[in-house]
Amino acid sequence: MANNEARPVEDLHLRNLTKKFGDVAAVDDLTLTIPAGSFFALLGASGCGKTTTLRMVAGLEDPTGGTISIGDKDITALRAFERPVNTVFQSYALFPHLDIFENVAFGLRRRGVKDVKATVEQMLDLVELAPMARRKPTQLSGGQQQRVAVARALINKPDVLLLDEPLGALDLKLRRQMQIELKRIQTEVGTTFVHVTHDQEEAMTMADTVAVMNSGRIEQLGHPADIYELPRTVFVANFLGQSNLIAGTRGGNSGDDLLVEANGLTFAIPADRCFVDGSSVIVGVRPEKITILDAVDADRIPDHHNRLSGRVTDVSYMGVSTQYLVQSAWDQEFIVFEQNVVVGDRSDVGDDVVIHWSPRHTFGLDGSAGASVGVDPEVLALEAVNASLVSDAPEA
Amino acid sequence: MAWLGVFFAIPFVTLFLTSLQQPIPGKSGKYMFGLEFGNYVTAFTEYWPVFLRSFVYAGIATVLALCIAYPLAYFIAFRAGKWRSLMLVLVIAPSFASFLLRTYAWKTILSDEGIVTSTLNALHLLPDGRILNTGIAVVAGLTYNFLPFMILPLYAALEKIDPRLIEAASDLYASPQTAFRKVTWPLSMPGVVAGTLLTFIPAAGDYINAELLGSTGNRMIGNAIQTNFIEFRDYPTASALSFMLMAAILVLVFTYIRRAGTEDLL
Repeated sequence: MANNEARPVEDLHLRNLTKKFGDVAAVDDLTLTIPAGSFFALLGASGCGKTTTLRMVAGLEDPTGGTISIGDKDITALRAFERPVNTVFQSYALFPHLDIFENVAFGLRRRGVKDVKATVEQMLDLVELAPMARRKPTQLSGGQQQRVAVARALINKPDVLLLDEPLGALDLKLRRQMQIELKRIQTEVGTTFVHVTHDQEEAMTMADTVAVMNSGRIEQLGHPADIYELPRTVFVANFLGQSNLIAGTRGGNSGDDLLVEANGLTFAIPADRCFVDGSSVIVGVRPEKITILDAVDADRIPDHHNRLSGRVTDVSYMGVSTQYLVQSAWDQEFIVFEQNVVVGDRSDVGDDVVIHWSPRHTFGLDGSAGASVGVDPEVLALEAVNASLVSDAPEA
Repeated sequence: MAWLGVFFAIPFVTLFLTSLQQPIPGKSGKYMFGLEFGNYVTAFTEYWPVFLRSFVYAGIATVLALCIAYPLAYFIAFRAGKWRSLMLVLVIAPSFASFLLRTYAWKTILSDEGIVTSTLNALHLLPDGRILNTGIAVVAGLTYNFLPFMILPLYAALEKIDPRLIEAASDLYASPQTAFRKVTWPLSMPGVVAGTLLTFIPAAGDYINAELLGSTGNRMIGNAIQTNFIEFRDYPTASALSFMLMAAILVLVFTYIRRAGTEDLL
């Protein structure tokens, strides 16, 4: 980078940030510190307030309340063009009447920076677009336009770079490539990146810190692996990856474990993996943590493991793993991923099986809001359709 | 093609041939076939000040119309919200009344006893003490009559601009004024070019405004053509004037488009 003079990079603080549209709070009393130099992802479904948050940081939306500051400097009252913040827009918003060079030079020219030519050329080299300098944006492919958008923002050496679903318009293969590319650029320049996305995989692969947002609030914040392994709310458990959730009630304790009664079974959860206030508890486990066994081999299960028996209703072979759907005695379907380590040792549809998992992989969530919060609405709709098909089917 | 042939090519050729006719000796008002290119020289020598005046009036009217239309079109495109359609209808609404009628209305508005003239006179802003039958009235009439032709293309161009581009500009340190200068204005250029042409061309050839709102000192080339055809029955001179007007406009338009850098419009 051309940026050799050391400039202190500072944390971005959002304090009690609120944005209301009419009576609806798009962002609700959000307090958050984004560490300097981090790659931070705001993850959530559309309409959760993540883009509004980003636009408030950029200065394109006025907060109803709260403050935004970088280090000690309060920027809440600054207008967009006065903020040391730049944005990579979802639609790229490249200026169609300017060529690539002038698009990238736009911010420099506005601030009267000297040496525009050399700086722009250097930046175009970084994003590997130097030969395209004199083309118009419409003559570039989607991936190239995306890189121009990144270059145009990054060249201004902002304190914070905001990325609003920057890869949304790209096809899958290009998206993977750009994820790696963006990560490389971030490591190279060391700028704080705040990345808004609804794609949980994208958030997990790119960001070092992920904040899961729902209805204007942050549900959980942390390293992607920590959030995945130990979700604290039903929403996070369903939204980030997949989870098997069983609704139950709090029973007694057994050593360090909490016992939960559900559908006549008892499940153990380590107390420090439980985030429950009331008596209704949701027992959760990730699909890949479960082992599937033929019913006759049930005695091979370690004594302390959580277990339940059921029947296989679907087997999908996916190369690295096999996905099973197992229907429990109370007609709930459990998803199980099994690594294809041993060839030929697969259960088939209709087999009676026992599934089991270690309490160390179990988590306990507050059950007052139900078990389907955060599940993709389309999936829920599909399940409802399937259920009605099954009940309508004539008895065989 | 047949359409073009009947309604454009044939009249065009006829007009051109007429412009080269010569008078039949002894019969006033009768002409016969000829190759009298001198008609053009005569017409130009006699009418060049009228030509000049036409272009000056049309030019001023075009600039005025642009100054009025741009803010209006901008407002309709970006700020009008749910009132957008209504405002567009209001822009077009005056066209439902005839062109002639509207110009007559201006005669009343600008009349010597009218409120506009008396107010401006009270402020001692009028050198001649009147508006009607001066160049000001003619230019005002032209501006008013061709305003919709300026607003509509401007609106169409502005409405196409993605507001996110303005946001991007402000994100990249452009103040609202700079964002307008560097993004909105250049992107609205096709509308500006189309609007100015649609205003200037008919305004330069117009004769009704000069006829109704001006005096003999404000005659435009359209009036000259009209009187030569209808009153003097000097068909060759009238045709020659028409041809020169057409040529002059073509030259002006091409130079303008070159300068505006929007060749892709053609």
